Amino acid sequence: MLGYILKRLLAVVPVITFVAIFVFLLLRLTPGDPAAILAGDAATPAQLEKIRTSLGLNDPLLVQFGTWIGQLFRGDLGISLISNIPVSDMVGQRIWPTINIALMTIILSVLLAVPMGVIAAWKHRTWADYAVMSFSVLGFSVPVFVIGYIFIQVFSIELRWLPVQGYTPPTEDFGKFLSKAILPCLTLATIYVALIARMTRASMLEVLGEDYVRTARAKGVSETLVLFRHALRNAAVPILTIIGTGFALLISGVVVTESVFNIPGIGRLTVDAILARDYPVIQAMILLTSAIYVFINLMIDVAYSIIDPRIRY
Amino acid sequence: MSAANAPVSRLQPVLGLLSLPLRLRKLGGGPMIAAIVLIIIVIAAALAPLYIPHDPLAINAIYRLKGPSEMFLLGTDAYGRDLFSRVVMGGRVSLFIGVGAAVVSVSLGLAIGLVSGFFRVADSIIMRIMDSLMAIPSILLAIALVALNGPSLWSVIAAITLPEIPRVVRLVRSVVLTVREEPYVEAAVALGSSMPKILWQHLMPNTLAPLTVQGTYICASAILTEAILSFLGAGVSTEIPTWGNIMAEGRLYFQIKPSLIFWPGLMLSLCILSINLLGDTARDLLDPRLRKREA
Amino acid sequence: MLFKTKTFEDAPVVLSIEDLTVRLSGNTTAKPVLDKISFQIRAGETVCLVGESGSGKSVTSLAAMGLLPKGALEVSGGRILLGETNLLDLNASQMRDKRAKSLSMVFQEPMTALNPVMRVGEQIEEVLDTHSRVSKREKKQRVLDIMEQVHLPDVERVYRSYPHQLSGGQRQRIMIAMALILEPQLLIADEPTTALDVTTQRQILALIAELQEKHGTAVLFITHDMGVVAEIADTVQVMNHGILVERAPVETLLRSPQEDYTKRLLRAVPSLVPRQERTDKPPKGGPALSVRDLDKAYGSSGWLVNRAPTQAAKDVNFDIPMGRTLGIVGESGSGKSTVARCIMRLIDPSDGSIKVAGAEIAKLTRSEMRPYRKHIQIVFQDPFRSLNPRWTVGQSLIEGPLNLGQDKTSAMKRARELMELVGLPEDAVDRYPHQFSGGQRQRIAIARAIAMEPDVLVADEAVSALDVSVQDQVLKLLDELQKKLGIAILFITHDLRVAAQICDEVVVMQKGRVVEHGKAASVLGAPKHSYTRALIEAAPGRSWDFANFKELPTVAA
Repeated sequence: MLGYILKRLLAVVPVITFVAIFVFLLLRLTPGDPAAILAGDAATPAQLEKIRTSLGLNDPLLVQFGTWIGQLFRGDLGISLISNIPVSDMVGQRIWPTINIALMTIILSVLLAVPMGVIAAWKHRTWADYAVMSFSVLGFSVPVFVIGYIFIQVFSIELRWLPVQGYTPPTEDFGKFLSKAILPCLTLATIYVALIARMTRASMLEVLGEDYVRTARAKGVSETLVLFRHALRNAAVPILTIIGTGFALLISGVVVTESVFNIPGIGRLTVDAILARDYPVIQAMILLTSAIYVFINLMIDVAYSIIDPRIRY
Repeated sequence: MSAANAPVSRLQPVLGLLSLPLRLRKLGGGPMIAAIVLIIIVIAAALAPLYIPHDPLAINAIYRLKGPSEMFLLGTDAYGRDLFSRVVMGGRVSLFIGVGAAVVSVSLGLAIGLVSGFFRVADSIIMRIMDSLMAIPSILLAIALVALNGPSLWSVIAAITLPEIPRVVRLVRSVVLTVREEPYVEAAVALGSSMPKILWQHLMPNTLAPLTVQGTYICASAILTEAILSFLGAGVSTEIPTWGNIMAEGRLYFQIKPSLIFWPGLMLSLCILSINLLGDTARDLLDPRLRKREA
Repeated sequence: MLFKTKTFEDAPVVLSIEDLTVRLSGNTTAKPVLDKISFQIRAGETVCLVGESGSGKSVTSLAAMGLLPKGALEVSGGRILLGETNLLDLNASQMRDKRAKSLSMVFQEPMTALNPVMRVGEQIEEVLDTHSRVSKREKKQRVLDIMEQVHLPDVERVYRSYPHQLSGGQRQRIMIAMALILEPQLLIADEPTTALDVTTQRQILALIAELQEKHGTAVLFITHDMGVVAEIADTVQVMNHGILVERAPVETLLRSPQEDYTKRLLRAVPSLVPRQERTDKPPKGGPALSVRDLDKAYGSSGWLVNRAPTQAAKDVNFDIPMGRTLGIVGESGSGKSTVARCIMRLIDPSDGSIKVAGAEIAKLTRSEMRPYRKHIQIVFQDPFRSLNPRWTVGQSLIEGPLNLGQDKTSAMKRARELMELVGLPEDAVDRYPHQFSGGQRQRIAIARAIAMEPDVLVADEAVSALDVSVQDQVLKLLDELQKKLGIAILFITHDLRVAAQICDEVVVMQKGRVVEHGKAASVLGAPKHSYTRALIEAAPGRSWDFANFKELPTVAA
């Protein structure tokens, strides 16, 4: 087991390395003078020079890369060009809202989506199946921000049940946190639920056709147990996979939702940085979100071997 | 099967194609309606320059944020531009982005996937790169690309396409790896066919059905991504109207005039819904086992 | 041959099927899948349902269990009486109650019939959980007890194992334990030994007989194998296209079959008596194929994991002269297919020499190998996967000749001739594989191989997926082609009967090594190695001459 985890960890190294190289080259390979791109059209030569020195753009490419990697290993993510604050401090301030909202969304989505998918597969080609499928296609077809605005319009403006926007940390006032977090979570969850429910249904349909399900039925096992004890556990691997790869979708959703609901998380931090061309922040954020994605999928890989005894290390 | 004695027709494949509508009818009303809606949207968008009443870019300060009238079918936006003309023209651009992203990512993905399935050495490097590309959240990558390259139509298409490529590559590769084990491919090896020939004649055709399905999904998600990019301020500049940037502009006036978001939002959702439904139908028709491969 | 002769007239009827009709769901015009089937099984009796694929024998068993695939097949008439109850009148939960308790089933594929993520002990226990209320300790005791009864070794360990950690035979024992733990009145066994090796098959058949004797269970045994029928049946029922053709006690049926269909089915069963030795001299010149000291090892020395390499084949030697057939027989894992694939250079041999038409090919690279491909061709087992479904038969047939530089028109002309040669109409070249049956596709695959005018044809289990009547025709075709074209055939099979019919020489392999090699008559008639003897002894119905409805004159062993 430990060997397996170690092996998976080592497999992560090249992926993160390529991401780092990619992020590094993103700016350097953009046509034109990087400093001019970052500073905008109205920059003075002094501003350009400041950007060049702070990013080390005057050095040869390899030296720049080496310095940057060296800094990364020391935990130094660089300093923002705009606010002059270390990037790691900026992230530290704004990561908690994002983590709280994302965790709540994942839990909510899995709790909703898996039963939906199971029922849809069990009641294949009935109204229940069509309802779940319709919801899932709809969830894919409406932009996240439109869903967000509809929720605000209905629940906050028309019904006045919930506050419009903003964020309160749960440590400060849990009730307020919930009331403010619930709409962003629901907004984010629509697409995630659609994705997971769809995969659960497909995977269950596949498994329900397997011989061992027939064996279970031939033993006289009740339908509920056939579904949840025999089928779902066998269907779990693709469902877990989609929860993992869907995490990328969730990050995209977070970026948008934080803008709609005015939440001071890392999603908005990143968008603001990108739009302001605050390059050290961009680099750090892309690297950080990718690392989180890779880490989550690593955890899922390990989970496979617990669920399915045939997967051996 | 006694088919060996039945008369043979060279028209067999043609007949097969002709029977497709019949098979479609069996699938029920949903896909039918989706197809009709999509065809109407596409035709309306394609013929837009022939019938739009106003120049979608003509700014007119007198008619700011007007309601629907005979002159302006759906009213005007904050610059006094005709919303109807903008939505129709916007559809044209959005559809172009969708189709463009689908075509480019599918063809590049197919090429890379085949190379990867063929050269064992290239495979491990290519797959590591693809894994890394998939690890970067696509929306961040896309805004970064647009922010650095400028808000042109082509840079938006490129920004949307790049994150889609690894998914296509993985799909193509998984098909190649499965089909490579088929006895008819081994028979081809035994018959002395060269690897490139086997790859192209035996393996590649098997990727076309799943790629068609994947292509429709990419098309839908590209239109959606464009809208999100515009919303985040990293979309095509508003001189080229798209459903996305009409909504993005409209969001500032959401409280006063919701129709600025409603109409483009409705068209975009209808369009994506139809494409997704047709994609699902195609997937069920072409290969029920496909679901597994995509996982 | 000792047939079972017990009569069951006094025994109570366990299952009575009356006018059972099954149709495709929502299709009342098509021919029914089962057409008014009626029969009875009495306590302690073994009824064998035999037939070829599509005869409806499995549908009968699934209908009795109430497990017909929903939305595909449905019962449209008749009654299924278990004792006094008509199973077709029961609702879903009443039917669930009956399963495992009153009637239970063992399926064909022990590999897929057990849940891969549950320990097998739990899977047997589940039967008790579903149908009875017993204490935890008693439950485990009963499970271990039934596991002892099906002769599983080291039951405590097996109890905690997952299916993939057990062998095929052990898994089938688990299935049987599961089916019999509640001592049902009826056991339905649907081809329970088809996926197993002959020696394992023999043990499983003996086990079913033993437990049946002990508990007085009635057994409905579904099979396509006449040998198995001869071994275990009290009563035989022959099915064809959803109709019950003939029913008789086993000896009566095998000695004096009444219906034409039954006779045809029996005549197609290949005999275990080796073919007559060929008297004509093989043509002069060296052997068509010569294999020396062939080794194939699969190493798996990875990073952090280090396993000893597995020897899939070791020290394999043989020659095949032109116009002769050499068979490699063995059970699964014997390495017979590995040898075939090495010779075809679909995989790379680890060591040794392979000479085809005088040229050494064992060490050639992929591209160096291409010119030599013409000399050696292969026919695979699965007729449904060995032709590209998107290509016309003609396109498949000319693929090889085009690679050799032939022009398209002449290759196509030749393809049409080849169709005729393998017994298909000329215009078959314009059609697609899905328009042909399995046997016809196998003919096409043979034609594709012959189109290269090879010296050696490798047939890797080439008739194993076919029904026996079709198998018989394809074997005859291979024999004919050999006489006409003088090719050498390397025939890989697990089926001794097939080997006896087609091979001049036989190589017996076990765990990657050759254990016996010689003339077919001597290897199969007077085996020297104990493993060969065990194989022959395990062949069901070996002392009966099915094709001539009588005992074999000289009973070997």
